[in-house]
This record gives sequence, C-alpha cells and structure tokens, in this order.
Amino acid sequence: MSIGVMLVYGLLGLIVVITALGMLTSRNAVYSALFLVLNFATVAVLYMTLGAPFIALAQVSVYAGAIMVLFLFVIMLLGAEHITQRSTGRGHRVLSVLVAVALLAEAVIYILFRGAGVEMAALPSLPPDFASPAAIGQLLFSQFLLPFEITAVILLSAVIGAIYLTRRERQAAARTAAAEQPAEKPVEEPAEKTPIY
Amino acid sequence: MLEQWMYIGIFMVVAMMLPSIAIIIAGLLSPRRPNPIKNSTYECGIETVGPGWPQFRVQYYIFGLVFLIFDVETVFLFPWAVAYNRLGLFAAVEAALFIAILAGGLIYAWKKGALRWL
Amino acid sequence: MDAGMILEWVIKSVVMVLMLTGGFAYVTLFERKVIARIQVRVGPNRAGPQGVLQPIADAVKLIFKEELTPAGADKKIFILAPLITVLPALTVLAVVPLGPPLNLFGRTVNLFLTDINVGVLYIIAITSISVYGITLAGWSSNNKYAMLGGLRATAQMISYELALGLAIVGPVILAGSMSLVDIVDAQRPMWFAVLQPAGFVLYFIASLAEVNRAPFDMPEAEQELTAGYHSEYSGMKFALFFMAEYIKMIAVATIGATLFLGGYLGPFVDRFPILGPLYLVAKVVVWLFVMVWVRSALPRIRYDRLMALGWKVLFPLGLVNVLVTALIVVLVGG
Repeated sequence: MSIGVMLVYGLLGLIVVITALGMLTSRNAVYSALFLVLNFATVAVLYMTLGAPFIALAQVSVYAGAIMVLFLFVIMLLGAEHITQRSTGRGHRVLSVLVAVALLAEAVIYILFRGAGVEMAALPSLPPDFASPAAIGQLLFSQFLLPFEITAVILLSAVIGAIYLTRRERQAAARTAAAEQPAEKPVEEPAEKTPIY
Repeated sequence: MLEQWMYIGIFMVVAMMLPSIAIIIAGLLSPRRPNPIKNSTYECGIETVGPGWPQFRVQYYIFGLVFLIFDVETVFLFPWAVAYNRLGLFAAVEAALFIAILAGGLIYAWKKGALRWL
Repeated sequence: MDAGMILEWVIKSVVMVLMLTGGFAYVTLFERKVIARIQVRVGPNRAGPQGVLQPIADAVKLIFKEELTPAGADKKIFILAPLITVLPALTVLAVVPLGPPLNLFGRTVNLFLTDINVGVLYIIAITSISVYGITLAGWSSNNKYAMLGGLRATAQMISYELALGLAIVGPVILAGSMSLVDIVDAQRPMWFAVLQPAGFVLYFIASLAEVNRAPFDMPEAEQELTAGYHSEYSGMKFALFFMAEYIKMIAVATIGATLFLGGYLGPFVDRFPILGPLYLVAKVVVWLFVMVWVRSALPRIRYDRLMALGWKVLFPLGLVNVLVTALIVVLVGG
C-alpha cells in the first residue's frame, strides 16, 4: 500500500470523524444536519476510492439527498433548531459514554492483537468492469433476486407505516384547511392562534 | 476509472473557486454602511411581526417521507435498466413485479389522501 | 497520471466554468430579448449595439452594490448558501460529452471532462444535492417569505426529481449504459426523443420544475413571496443565486439535448468533428428558447396543483413509461 493511498484514506477518515463530532457537538440542529450531510458525502468518496461508484452515488442521492432533506424538514417543522437545553436524561448519557468506551477498547484490542505485524494488503487490481452498473444489475437479477424483491416489500411497508403514523397530523391539517375556506371563515379570527404556513 | 473521479474532484475545486472569488471581490469593492433599519428583516415595508421561523405544516414532512421511499426505488431501477439487454424476459417480469409492488404503495398513499396538498 | 494530464484537466475545468459563466450572462440577455419581443417590446438596447453589453453592465453594478445581512440571520450559513447553490449547478455538466474527440496540438482531446460508467446516476445525485443551497438560504435569512420559499422549493424539487429520474431510465434502457458518451453513440440511428416521446415530454416538464422555472416558479412567486428564498440577499450573493438558476437552465437543456436529441450528433459530424459542439449549442439554444417561450406564455400554476401534477400525473406516467419501454424492448428483441 503506497504512502499516497494511506494519506488519502487517513485524510478522508479524519474528515469523517471530525464531521461526526461536529454533528454531535453542534448546539444548532441545522448545523448538526449539515455536518451529517458532509459526513455522508465523505463516506461516499471513500466508497468511490474502494472502487464502488454505484454505491457511492446511491449513498449521495439517497442518504444526503433524500434522508437528510427529511431530517431538515423535521427540524424546521418542529422549530427544533433553537432548542438549546439538553433533553436527554443522565442515565442516557452515562450509557452512551460506556458504549463508546467499550467500542473504542474493542477497536484498540483488535488492532493490537490481530492487526499487529500483519502487512496491510495492497489494493487488488480490479477488473475493468468491477462494480459496473451492468454487473450490479446482472447480480441483482440472478443471485440476489429474492433480497431485491424483499426490498420492494420492505419499501411498501415503509410507505404504509409512514402514512399510518402521520394520519392524525393529516386529519388535523385537513380540518384546518377546511376551516380556512372563505365560506366558513369566522368573521373574527382568534388573535392568539399561531399561523401555520 | 478512479482517475475519472479525480477529474471530477479537480473540476469541483475549480468550480468552487469561481463563486468564492466573486464573493471576495464584491466584499472588497462594495460599500458597507449598515444601520439597524437597513438590516431589519424585510416584510413588505411594515414592521416584522412574529418570529422569522414560524411553524410549518406537516405536509412537507409527509411528502419528504414518501419521496424517500420512491427515491430508493428509482436508484434500484438504474442497474436494472443498464443490464436489461443482457437479462432477458425473466428480469423484465421481476422488475415489473418490483414496480408493481411499489405502485401499490403509491396507490395506497393516494387513496389515503397523503398526496393531497392542503 | 502525470502533471501534464492534471494540467490538461485544470485547463478543461477552467474553460468549462468560464464557458458556463459566459453562457449564463448571455442567457439572461437572450431571455430578456425574447420575452420583450413576445410582449411587443424592444428589450435592453442601451448598453452597446443591440444591448450586447448589458450583462457586463449588470455584473459591474452588482459587484458595487452594498451587501446587506439581516439582523436575525445566521451569518455563516447565510454566506455559505449561495456557494452551495452554485456548486452543483456548475458541476452537473462534468459527465456530458460536448463533442466527438478532437485532434488539437497533435494529441487527441476528448471534449468532456470525464466519462464514468455511472454518469446518469451522477447527474441524479448532484440534482438531489442541489436542494440544500435553496433550503439553507431560506432558513438562514430569518425571514418568513424566504423560509416559505425555501421550503416550497425543496418540496417541489424532491417531488419532480422522481419524475425526472424515471424519465431518464428510458434512454438508459435503450442505450444499455449509464455513460453519456455511450448514450449519445446509441442515438446514431435515431434520436431517443422519437423512441421515447413520453419520456422526452416528462423530462421537459420535470426539468422545468426542477430548476424552478415558470410555470413552476412558486418558490419565487413575486406576488406572494416577494422573491422567495433570496428575498434577503443583495449584491453579489444575490447574483450568485441568479447565476445558479440560469446555469441550471443551461445544464438541464444540455443534458436533455444529450439524452433525447442526439447530443452533438448531426450531419457530417464524423467527417468534421468540430461541427459537434456547434450542433450541441444549436440544440441547447432551441431548448432554452422553448423554456423562455413557456415562461412568457403560461401563467404560474397553483401550489397544490403543482404537487398533484408531480405526484399523481408525472410520477405514475414515468412508471408506466418505464414498463412500456421495457416491454417493447423485449418484444422487438432489443
């Protein structure tokens, strides 16, 4: 493994860790979300350097492009970006520190006992059509057909779940919309009502 | 293959420089005489009422959620489309099944009124 | 990979960025002129002959304008948002071939920045990233209009992204590749607009919504939201949003011409490769003209109808189009 490759991986890994820490320590939820986007993007670059461009771009378009937009919607919907007090309990934090320490210890032990003295394998020279979209498509529809179709069912249940979970909000919104119809609008709007845009 | 991605990296760096330089030049050349009235939040010339970050309706979130699911579907369709010529009829039927299952989800969302913007 | 190659790519990148910036300047003039003609006006004609220096005058004016930052704004993101908006607009064209390989200075120069086997997916990924600039601009301004414009823009863009993605699946099936170079080559016998009429129309409508152009310019609806997400922006930062919008117009027109109108292909292009870029530019100009024409002819669509159109018409239509294309390819025998 050449020194240049080591440098690239080290740098990318450093960015991943820094953005993850930034996400955890930001007091503003929008900043946290942005750090997470950066984190996803860097992980995508890592995938790309490992020779998996399809996964890298899927990572960008699904995680950074769709999931984080959803997160931002939630943050803005709740106005959560300006909530500063910590709502997590004490036990929660103790537990998370314990888990973090355990994981770190595990990684250190692994590196010390299993990784010591082992020469890091050079990147195998990949065949030109490695992880090409055509190869992925062929695998997806031959060897991994069942998981692929199960994915469809999981996505379907996600749609149904999402719609079921938001039914109360949607009904409330429908009522508000009905109340805002000009014909039924009361002459005097209650002054303390906060408008919803 | 990796080199091609490096070219995209170079291009992104160059592309980032253009707006940065534009902002820096404008920052150096433009006048800067702020005063409280000039910097107040714009609201059609009247005084700003309420916070700038009001509460928003839940529809944005619901559409984001439904979008996420179908976005995953679209991403899955691309490798299928590329390999399609090499796969034959069986894959076409399988992909049709995949699309049909998710179209079922779309119809469910439609019937439940989740796609109605209020 | 040596220093010479890297230099070549830096030069290519700079040329591309400058071309897009120049293109942006003259697309604004083009739009103003065309709309003026459609509305029986003359349009800008004071700066230079026929107003050709108008974009330069605009740029100079915007550089010397004072930049305001509203008191309640989140300063860091307020400055970052225009940059995040411009970057995807500029970089999305990296995978589009602008012409056949040329012989320049004794070496073969490919007229594209890069040719990757997931080119189409790259376009989709960059498109899905481009919502952030607008959302953040709206959020950081601490202004109700900006916030509402930003949210509307995001919801609209993600809704039409699905239809856009499905419209692109058709050409990918026909070409059997996601590389745009291969997709252009596959159109030698026939343009994909002929083989994929539904996909073509779908792409056109969805791309209008994706770049927030009329009749889908709800995020900037002047009458109700003043200027939408960039209400609070002024000077150069405002210009950058403007630039992003027009470069995105050029980008979707170029990508559309590449996917559906045969890209740089045209008569005699194999004999005289230099004709390739000219054909592409001609196609892009026609596409931009239609976009401007649509803007001047159609009124803005209401927001609930906009969402209904995206989810209940274009998205199902895209699914059906993919299935029908697959079926026909199987029947004809690919």
